[in-house]
Parts: sequence; structure tokens; C-alpha cells
Amino acid sequence: MLATLNGRAVEAHAGESILDLARREGLDIPTLCHLKGLSPSGACRMCVVELDGRPGLVTACSQQVQEGMAIHTHSPRAVEARKTIVELLLANHPDDCLYCVRSGDCRLQELAQTHGVRRRRWPAGMRHHRLDVSSPAIGRNPDKCILCGACVRVCEERMGVGAIDFTGRGSSTVVAPAFLGDLNLSTCVGCGQCIAVCPTGALREQSHLDRVVAALEDPEQVVVVQHAPAVSVSLAEEFGLPAGTDLNPQLVAALRRLGFHYVFDTAFAADLTVREEAAELVQRITHGGPLPLFTSCSPAWVRWLEQERPELLPHLSTCKSPQQMMGAVVKSAFARMKGLDPARIFSVSIMPCTAKKAEAARPEHAREGLADVDAVLTVRELARLLRQRGIRLTELKPDHADLPLGMRSTAGKLFGASGGVTEAALRTAHFLITGEDPPPMRVEVLHGTEGLRFATVQAGILQLRVAVASGLLQARKLVDEIQQGLHPHLHMVEVMSCPGGCVAGGGQPLSRDGDDAERRRAVRHAALLRVDDEGMLRRPHRNWAVGELYRDELGEPLSQRAHELLHVHRERPREVEA
Amino acid sequence: MVQACDMDLVDALLARHGACGRQDLIPLLQEIQEAEGFLSRAALRRVAAHLHLPESKVYGVATFYNQFRFQPRGRCAIAVCRGTACHVKGSAAVLAALQRELRIQAGATTRDGLFSLDVVSCIGACGLAPVIAVGDDYHAGVSPTQVPGIVASYRAKLQALGEGVLEPSTSVEEVLA
Ligand code: SF4
Ligand code: SF4
Ligand code: SF4
Ligand code: FES
Repeated sequence: MLATLNGRAVEAHAGESILDLARREGLDIPTLCHLKGLSPSGACRMCVVELDGRPGLVTACSQQVQEGMAIHTHSPRAVEARKTIVELLLANHPDDCLYCVRSGDCRLQELAQTHGVRRRRWPAGMRHHRLDVSSPAIGRNPDKCILCGACVRVCEERMGVGAIDFTGRGSSTVVAPAFLGDLNLSTCVGCGQCIAVCPTGALREQSHLDRVVAALEDPEQVVVVQHAPAVSVSLAEEFGLPAGTDLNPQLVAALRRLGFHYVFDTAFAADLTVREEAAELVQRITHGGPLPLFTSCSPAWVRWLEQERPELLPHLSTCKSPQQMMGAVVKSAFARMKGLDPARIFSVSIMPCTAKKAEAARPEHAREGLADVDAVLTVRELARLLRQRGIRLTELKPDHADLPLGMRSTAGKLFGASGGVTEAALRTAHFLITGEDPPPMRVEVLHGTEGLRFATVQAGILQLRVAVASGLLQARKLVDEIQQGLHPHLHMVEVMSCPGGCVAGGGQPLSRDGDDAERRRAVRHAALLRVDDEGMLRRPHRNWAVGELYRDELGEPLSQRAHELLHVHRERPREVEA
Repeated sequence: MVQACDMDLVDALLARHGACGRQDLIPLLQEIQEAEGFLSRAALRRVAAHLHLPESKVYGVATFYNQFRFQPRGRCAIAVCRGTACHVKGSAAVLAALQRELRIQAGATTRDGLFSLDVVSCIGACGLAPVIAVGDDYHAGVSPTQVPGIVASYRAKLQALGEGVLEPSTSVEEVLA
């Protein structure tokens, strides 16, 4: 189909939107409410363009290209209209950029800049709403909300949660949980996907930076840090390096410069999780426990299951997540090994996730009044800290994590992407069942981009049937099908709350738009697979440091000590009634 | 003082509707409000569960429409006419004065349960604008300065009545006559 774009003849695909065509042709039209893969809402009108023969401007995100269409993406009229929209959005916006967490990374600010907005055109009243700091994961500042609706649609249409929506109408409209209540009393699972699409500072993570800085400056504390598998493959983006660069050695060096006394790798704990979870799976298969086994490493999924399908909680693995296992080992076996008082250890984790903040705060993740993990920083927060301390990531001498809790297999690293937990668990389950390592090292179907993926792996005489759900919406679908009896022979279900897994987590560096987000997810995932391809140690059960932990502390998987440290026994949460 | 919502009634109403979908949300809300006088949180939660919708969605839709209220009406309901004529004659200032005097927003009920305040589209007494209805009484040509006195007189009446019901003193016909 032929059309002209700013006077140039171009070929459009059938059904293609003006926005997609323009971007394919190397032209950016600004958007605020557009979300790739979801139906256009047309709420913000930021993407307006002019068409020959049409009196009004049309929204490029929702308008399909038609044969012979003459499109002007940056005509004076279109640009002026966009500027007016920005000025209108700013009319009741706080002039707060200097103090705003999103300054420099805010699309509203950027649009005001690129459109040359230099003064407040409509001195309208500011919005004054209460800050919502109730959630241990997410902070809301409705004063900065421009009502684009991106968070509402992601939460409902992509996550299937629907914790927030537009309430009220006209000038009193506000995006909020039901009954204008607090987020922690809503169905919010803390995934942070709303932050990832919010163009402004209206949504952010609950910051733990202050407590980490305080601990680093306290001579009495021994500050230990772990970093999750998906962190080293995304941090580069915060420093202007190409997405998909793996900075693992620089990350370790940078964490040392920040003053952390010990730097460990969460992938060690992922290997440990695999040992426990594979043993749990085999035990359930051989002793008749509830199948399929649901993975428990994604805290937003755990919370979702507790809220929405408490009757299925027996299916959930009792394993703590790798973050929590690491925390528990640090304050027990490691403390003893180093002769440290666990009460003096401050345990920090760097996570691509906001829900991990809530996970760390759960009461079952503490023993004798000491939390397993004391503070959780998102990748964004770590980048802020590194910038503040003037640490130039690329110029640091590469460094290694500390032993033994820095030792990992590359399977542990795969935890950072959807399909990876299953892949890692299968490598070890196969070994447990047959005594041999599985022949092909990669089950390709597990690493696809489909929302729901199924695989069957032969382990000796046993056929292991696994399913991978990428994103909570898919998980809901799968759980519904399981409850309808459509998958009677499944052994294991992996759920990653965020579509794509931790590489696309709610604590990752922010993308400009949906295309950018998808590209970043793909290259981060590819980087993790590359780490595994090039790895020397690819099987969790061959991690000797984990082996030593069993020898010295735990005995064997599922032992009583392992249960004390590494497993939880969840209670059904009480209903909250108004 | 604030009356509770009869959940058995809500449940019966939902049961009567049987399985239904999103398109039934507004009719359901209307019926519940008809029966109960307002939409309680508990009722909205039941509706959400019944329609398999997020509570945030049900609340969001309900708050989009002026016709729904989320607190039971007070013993004395005050309605401010915001029809064109009343608007021209300054009903916005009257509303503001009432909000100030009662310390509530339109759509809400005072904590003591005595008064609720609502905005209604034209009452039909345009000649006497701006008009407010207090309980079943109509007051014509109200100015903001009269508001404290009007509220005080009804508060005194209600307090004298104890639990009793307010009787109308001036009907719209009388005012119009
Ligand atoms: S949200 Fe954006 S425009 Fe608003 S104060 Fe923050 S940086 Fe500035
Ligand atoms: S954190 Fe996740 S569940 Fe909570 S409001 Fe945001 S998108 Fe919805
Ligand atoms: S909170 Fe952010 S994403 Fe949600 S409507 Fe407001 S500006 Fe848009
Ligand atoms: S209307 Fe197109 S991006 Fe908002």
C-alpha cells in the first residue's frame, strides 16, 4: 500500500498504524498513552498528525494507513497542537522537576523541552492529593499524574490485576485503587509494571537508598550485597552503553567501590533453589504430593495466588526465592563461617524488581527478629547511587564476586528470564532421576516469547511435563485451565509475573516506549543465554560451593535444616473487610 | 447513626440477576442504589465479585456518574439546583457556602448523619433561582449569606426531634404560589 510521509512516497503494511509506519521510516512521533500490543486508547492526543484532505488532526497511534494517504507528521499545525497539549498537561502539574525522581527520565519533561515550552500558559490550580506510600513496593504521587491511563491498562490488560482505575470525572478524576484506598489494601501485587509505562514521576519504587547509604556509612555494620541474574545485563543501559552488554565484572567492582564488604551473586542462591525445588518436585512425583508444582521465586505471583486462588497454595513450592535463600544463608552459615554476629550484618540485594521489596518485608522471611534481607535496590536505584558516588562503571577493573556465595552455574543466571527457572530445574531434576546430565543442554521451546509454553522432557523412564507462564495474565489463564482439568499430567509450572521474566521486571531501567521495551527485553534475554552458552559450569548440581554448603550446613536437600532456612510454610492471608 | 447497607438484600438482588456480564454493571448499580439509597463498599465489592470485575473498575465506573452516591443520605437531604437559571443567579456560590457550612463535599454526608448534600440538575423552579431543597422544603432566592442560618434552623429542628422524622414545612407548590 502506497502513502506519502512528509512528501516522501512510502510503502505501508496492511493494517499498519501511522505511528508504526513513521517509526519504521525513522521518524519519531511523540506518544504518551500508546502501549505496544494493547488496543490504542487515544487518551493523550500527543501523537496527532495532519492528513491531506482531512479537516481535523488524527491520532497516529490509532489511525491505520490507507492507500494514497498523505501524512504530515511534523507540520506546523501538528507540532503546535502537540505543544498546546503539553501546555495543558502542565497547567495543573507541580513545577517540581528539580526534586523529582524522574527528572531527566521523564517523558513529560522531555516533551516540554522539545516543544519549547518556556512558561506556564494556564496558571490553573495544582492538584493536591495525598501521597500513597502504603505499599512496600510502589509509591504513588497523583499530583504528577497526567491521566494517560497507561498504568491502568497495563495493570488490567497485561497483568490481569486491575488494582487501579480512573475514579471520578472531569477535573476531579484521579487514578487510584478502589474506594480511593491505599495501594497496600488493594489487589496490587507490587510488580512495578505500571512504573515501567508511566511517563512521569507519578509512580515510583519505594526507595531503600537512604537505608543502604546509612548502613554503608555505619562502621558497626557489615554490609553484604547480592545482585540478581538480570541486573548485570541491564545496568549498562543506565550509563549510555548498548543494551544487552553484560557488565557482571564491572558491577562487582562498582559494588566494592560503594563500600559493600562482601559481594555475592543471587545466582548462587538460584542454584541452591534448584537443588531444593528439583528435590521437592521429585519427591512430589514419587510420593504423590500436589502436582503440578508451582514455582515460588516471583513474589508478585505468590501474592497473586494468595489473593486470587488460595485453594491452590498447596501447589506452590515451599522454597523461598533465591533472594531470600541468599539472605538466610548469609545470616546463618556465612555469618558463622566468618565469625560475625548476624545482628551486625546488613544484607542488601540489587533486583530488577519492585515486588522483591515487599517480599523482603514479609514476616515469614525473618528469623529471631532479623530479616533475611534488609534492603532491596532496583537497578534504577543502584544507578542513582553509582552516579551520586561518581563511579564510572566502564573504567573499573573487572572483579569477581566473593566466595563461596559468589559461585554460580550459568543455569542460575538463566533465572533472569522466563523459561530459565524451568531450564535450570530440568537440568538438575534429570540428574536426580537418572543420575546423568541431560543430553541437550537447552530446551529451546522454553525460551520463546509465547505467553504460555509447554515442554516434555524425557528423564530416564519418566516424561517430565512442564509449562511456562510469562506474565501474570498468562498465569491466570493457565491456572484457570488447570482448574478446569485441561492439563491433567503437568508436573511443574513456572510463573514469572512480568511478561518476559526479570529481564523485563518493574525495577529495570526505563524504556522510552513499547518498541524500545520489547527490544531491551530481547537483548537482555539474549545476553543471559549467551552467558549460559559460554559458561563452563552450566548445571546447578555441579556448583561446588552449593555442594559445600550442603556438606557443612544443610545436609541434603529438604533436610530439616534446609527447611528451617530455605523454605516457608505459608498461611492463607486473612480477608480484609471494609 | 449512619445506616448500614442491607447485604442480604444486595445478595438477593444479585442472585435474581443470575450470571451476567460487564454490560450489566450500571443497571445493577442503579438497582442497588434504588433499594439502598446509596452504594456501600460492601455492595460494590459484591458486584465486582459477581461480575468478575476488579473492584477498582466497579468503583471507577460508579464514581464517573453523578447519579451514584457512596454514603447513605443524611436525615435531612439538601439538594442544590445547578440548572442554567440557578447557575446564572449564583448557585455555585450557594453550593460553596453549603460545603463550607457543612464541611462536606457535594455527594457526601456529615459525620453526625444529619445532613447530606447533593447537586441536582434543574428542580424546575427557575423563576425563583437560586433554589435549594432542604428535606422536603424549598428555599427560593437563596444567597450565600443565608446559608448558615438555614442550616442552623434545620439542625435545631433535627436535634429537637431526636430520632423522629422531619416533616415538610414549605412545599414547592407553596413556594411557587
Ligand atoms: S513528573 Fe516530570 S515534569 Fe513532572 S515534576 Fe517530575 S520530572 Fe518534572
Ligand atoms: S504494581 Fe503491578 S499490580 Fe500494582 S498497580 Fe502497578 S501494575 Fe498493578
Ligand atoms: S500514574 Fe502515570 S501511567 Fe498512570 S495515568 Fe498517571 S501518568 Fe499515566
Ligand atoms: S493518543 Fe496516540 S499516543 Fe496517546
